Amino acid sequence: MFARWQNLSGPGWNTLTQLQDEMNRLFDRCGFNGHRPAARGVFPAINMWEDGESLLVEAELPGLDMKDLEIYVTGTDQLTLKGERKPNVPADSVKHRQERGFGNFVRVLTLPYAVDASKVDARLEHGVLQVRLAKHESAKPRKIPVKAV
Amino acid sequence: MLETPELSQKSRAESSGAEHLRGGPQFVPQVDIYESDKELVLFADLPGVAPADIDLHYERGQLVLQGKVMRPRQEGTAIATEYEYGDFHRVFQLHETIDSTAIEAECNNGVLTVHLPKEQKAQPRKINVRQ
Repeated sequence: MFARWQNLSGPGWNTLTQLQDEMNRLFDRCGFNGHRPAARGVFPAINMWEDGESLLVEAELPGLDMKDLEIYVTGTDQLTLKGERKPNVPADSVKHRQERGFGNFVRVLTLPYAVDASKVDARLEHGVLQVRLAKHESAKPRKIPVKAV
Repeated sequence: MLETPELSQKSRAESSGAEHLRGGPQFVPQVDIYESDKELVLFADLPGVAPADIDLHYERGQLVLQGKVMRPRQEGTAIATEYEYGDFHRVFQLHETIDSTAIEAECNNGVLTVHLPKEQKAQPRKINVRQ
């Protein structure tokens, strides 16, 4: 697939890709954080980081309690966030404005690394969910000693 | 009756309406507003804002809501960034019938609830009709 693109592209195309790469590097240097919004209708939006030991998944879920939320790890690399946001309507009142959404949601994420399902830690703080997943031993980076000859 | 909106992501402020010192994007919190005989109740989604970092004040008929968001701890390399971090800001114009001295607010799980009681004279009164 990649090779075919290469074949199709003439010298002009190469310049374009180079320009695009240059622009990307420029944005990276200027602190552009590579924000790519989730597609419409996808809820919740997530941010994900990794370090050598673990993966951290974060989602904004205001108004949810831990009891409204189910978190599963399936196999070695699937994370499911499932829950319901319930409306809070005061008694004997008229609705003037409703912008906040309610209902059920499920989001299944395929993780970029195998994780150890027994080492998952989730917490909810001020409406932000943080799930820390320990990478599986096989997915952790290994330092290769270089021997002097 | 309004339809219930679907679950959605927060939206960026198109015009901030106020000078913003911290830089970065600013967001308009999504709100619900209800009215009963005694009060108006406002709910606002402020994910990532600690109760101590909410600044709510009432001045000349305006209720100004500001929330300073916790920034993520920089940990390792970003793999996916589907949403951004930024403070929340929104201004509401209130009727004079609100008893500004009795406004109460609380924040729980990232949702702010503001109770805006109506002034006594603005509350509906049942009139007894004598025979």
